[in-house]
Amino acid sequence: MIQFNPDDLTTLLPEIFLLGATFAILLVDLFIKPDRRDLTHWLSLAAIAVTAWFVWQGAPAAGASVPAFDGMFLRDGVSTVLKLFVLLTTALVFAYSRDYLRQRKLFVGEFYLLLLFATLGTMLLVSAGNLVTIFLGLELLTLSSYALVALNRDSPISAEAAIKYFVLGSLASGMLLYGMSMIYGATGSLDLATIQSAATSASPHRTLLAFGLVFLVIGATFKLGAAPFHMWLPDVYQGAPTSVTLFIGSVSKLGAFALAWRLLEGAMGGMSEHWTQMLALLAVVSLAVGNLFAIAQTNLKRMLAYSTISHVGFLLLGFVGGTPDGYAAAMFYMISYALMAAVAFGMIMLLARAGFEAEEIDDFKGLNRRNPWYAGVMAAAMFSLAGVPPLIGFFAKLMVLKAAIDAGQLWLAIVAIVFAIVGLYYYLRVVKVMYFDAPDDDAPLALPRDRGFRWTLSLNGIALLALGLAWGPLLDWCNEAMRVGSSIAP
Amino acid sequence: MQVPHLLSVLIWLPILGAVAVLAFGREANSARWLALATALATFLLSIPLWTGYDPTGAVMQFAESLAWIPAIRSNYALAADGISVAMIVLTSFTSVLVVIGSWGPIQQRVSQYMAAMLVLEGMLIGVFAATDALLFYVFFEAMLIPMFIIIGIWGGPRRVYATLKFFIYTFLGSIFMLVGLIYLHMKTGEFSLAAFSAANLGSREQAWLFFAFLLGFAIKVPMWPVHTWLPDAHVEAPTGGSVILAAIMLKVGGYGFVRFSLPITPDASQEFAWLVIAVSLVAIIYIGYVALVQEDMKKLIAYSSIAHMGFVTLGIFIALALVRENANPLGARLGIQGAMVQMVSHGFVSGAMFSCIGVMYDRLHSRMIKDYGGVANVMPWFAAFMVLFAMANSGLPGTSGFVGEFMVVLAAFQQSPLVALFATFTLIISAAYTLWLVKRVVFGEVANAEVAKMKDLDAREWIVLGSFAAAVIAFGVYPKPLIDLMEPAVLQLVQQIGLAKL
Repeated sequence: MIQFNPDDLTTLLPEIFLLGATFAILLVDLFIKPDRRDLTHWLSLAAIAVTAWFVWQGAPAAGASVPAFDGMFLRDGVSTVLKLFVLLTTALVFAYSRDYLRQRKLFVGEFYLLLLFATLGTMLLVSAGNLVTIFLGLELLTLSSYALVALNRDSPISAEAAIKYFVLGSLASGMLLYGMSMIYGATGSLDLATIQSAATSASPHRTLLAFGLVFLVIGATFKLGAAPFHMWLPDVYQGAPTSVTLFIGSVSKLGAFALAWRLLEGAMGGMSEHWTQMLALLAVVSLAVGNLFAIAQTNLKRMLAYSTISHVGFLLLGFVGGTPDGYAAAMFYMISYALMAAVAFGMIMLLARAGFEAEEIDDFKGLNRRNPWYAGVMAAAMFSLAGVPPLIGFFAKLMVLKAAIDAGQLWLAIVAIVFAIVGLYYYLRVVKVMYFDAPDDDAPLALPRDRGFRWTLSLNGIALLALGLAWGPLLDWCNEAMRVGSSIAP
Repeated sequence: MQVPHLLSVLIWLPILGAVAVLAFGREANSARWLALATALATFLLSIPLWTGYDPTGAVMQFAESLAWIPAIRSNYALAADGISVAMIVLTSFTSVLVVIGSWGPIQQRVSQYMAAMLVLEGMLIGVFAATDALLFYVFFEAMLIPMFIIIGIWGGPRRVYATLKFFIYTFLGSIFMLVGLIYLHMKTGEFSLAAFSAANLGSREQAWLFFAFLLGFAIKVPMWPVHTWLPDAHVEAPTGGSVILAAIMLKVGGYGFVRFSLPITPDASQEFAWLVIAVSLVAIIYIGYVALVQEDMKKLIAYSSIAHMGFVTLGIFIALALVRENANPLGARLGIQGAMVQMVSHGFVSGAMFSCIGVMYDRLHSRMIKDYGGVANVMPWFAAFMVLFAMANSGLPGTSGFVGEFMVVLAAFQQSPLVALFATFTLIISAAYTLWLVKRVVFGEVANAEVAKMKDLDAREWIVLGSFAAAVIAFGVYPKPLIDLMEPAVLQLVQQIGLAKL
């Protein structure tokens, strides 16, 4: 029986505020004229900012984990870090999307509401301390995402992507639920900490636990987009409006990371010798599939989708050691990746105009002659994704490679770098198109009117370089959060 | 006069200059002048590095250290010994000449070109100054980006192919080195080169690490058989890119051997020295013959670079055999000194040769030998310079090209007269291809009407070729200051490789 404790509401304050704010925005949006929709935009950004402030303000002291509602909900270091970046990237999505949506007549309240709900779901997922909360957060996130992908109702390709996403996503959710039910059957609890102390290789229900574990791994890696559970990803990335792709590529990836970490380490940490092997295998397959298929793409969004798969492969390297340092490296990787993806998709939106999507690689032809600054921003994103120093992407790769080598998986690190070389080729191709090819049209680039968009995108690009030069604090932050987060468990 | 944080200033001044060039260089001329001012300031500031280096003091001087990433104990640590100082001064000297030399030929997007050159200069100085392996690696890789852009935008017709090959090839080599560095970090818990050198490594570990380093540095040098990116990159690069590539970027490979392979894996280096020596001899002889048949001047000099860099690797690795097998530290010292002098000298000579070809290319827009002939008749001053550099390239005594090669051959002779015999073949082969090139291009009757219209050097070209010529002759006649400068570092290295880790 869950005891109600008023203090729990304080712990949940950021989520409660975001929920209230979302409902308020829903009401406001109902009563404003379409040409005043900018109000919804600014209110949403304000809601995000205040939520972030609450997250920051109420962050538990270093080393502490504050449970609420009998451990259903946890507020710890990891959740603080991830929530802040979830909110930051959501704000980026809003900042980048306004002109893009307006040009496509998609500038509607639903976009903001669904995104806010999805963000709320991600935050719940990040803080979940119980299988039920995990599933609740996950479904809030993914159900909103399905609808977001279909936002452009008249586009058949969007509809196809949404249906594919929905069917395969439901399958994954089903797998996850099935796995959870087995875990519940074996341990008699839905609470992550209780499961963790019960689920060890010495448990009498070992076989059942192992089966449950397999389903959990499949469900979590499906949401991350690891091969061979990646089928939905290229179609969804390509079919969704770019601003939604940006959301799925950054915010929901942070959520998927939290899902994997909470389930695998938080619940099944005692059986890490089993799931690390599975993840190592999935990492290799993801690296191979992602990098090799990306080479063949001519559509930039599709290429970035395959590149995501390969990045998930890298991310999983952080998990194979099953150590706090490794998880910290993976979290660092995911955060860096979200920031890089934001620049790449932001650039696609920057170049897009009404009736023109700028999603082919050739649409970037000769960008350096038309606008050297934004060509530089895109080049920074590409070099960063490829893992060339001094950009942040290199250091993220360095840390996960280090995690794999520290875990004694030298072969895995070598496989990863071989595919990093393969990956280099298709990122360089984008740089090549921008810098070495002649543009079809020499006129300077027509930039969107939204000054906030341009400035944020530029700052986002500079951040890739600045974080690369001074990535120590971010790494320390991840390390500290993880060391604490993982030390709760014995 | 001591400039505080001199090494940091030398790294960041060109990079900040590059930002300024991009920001204020909308006018081509203001970009050029701004770049020149930055490069000149960097060069002038690098002189105190040489004059301020105290050969009687500690080997590593001008040290700076700042915690960079405390979590993995990586520091922003810089310091320079004699070898680094020589390389840094060579870099800043060449960069000035490259900026001057690109004044006329580069007319498109001047500010970006100049900025890329300055960023490259900063990265190269960083490579030579870093004493933290991670910092070294960051500079080592980051310098690929500006070079990639330089070849890709301002290069010749096959520039895209050449620059992609250049980038992917060198990235391939260095990323295996990264795994080696992470492994060493796991063993020692930090990234400082001093800790890596002191690390206790078994023979299998050393062998793996040795090959990881070898792959990275051999591609950079480049050594036969991983040299194929270089001719492509050189042929397609603009003149300035070729000069930097040949004069400095190749030296990073030789420098890496001295900084990483020798001190960290001395036993494996000794075990596999025969391999490197054999490959170096192949480079010296076989690549020399390949150079002989080239019809493209730039390609010819590119192959000649590979052959001459063979002396660097030969000198470095013959030293191991000398000190270990023959207990001959004096010979080892000679070998390493010779290799280092050869690095500096080849910087001047190859830079000068590529500048000469650039001068001709600007007039006739052809790199083919058959399009030229009798240039001496219309460009007497240019011909004088070209002949001088050709002599230096073939190792004529009195030019800097002679000193290093002679020292390496002398050292090799003490180990094995047979190796020395093969190495001396270069004197014949390099004389053959260089002088034949000069004969066909510079001498003879004026080949065609185009050549007859060529004008002799203008003032800027005079400055560039004159500076290179002064350096080539100065170090050829009196190399002692250079050798003295590097002496403490070389002695320390000889001592390090003499101690077995096993």
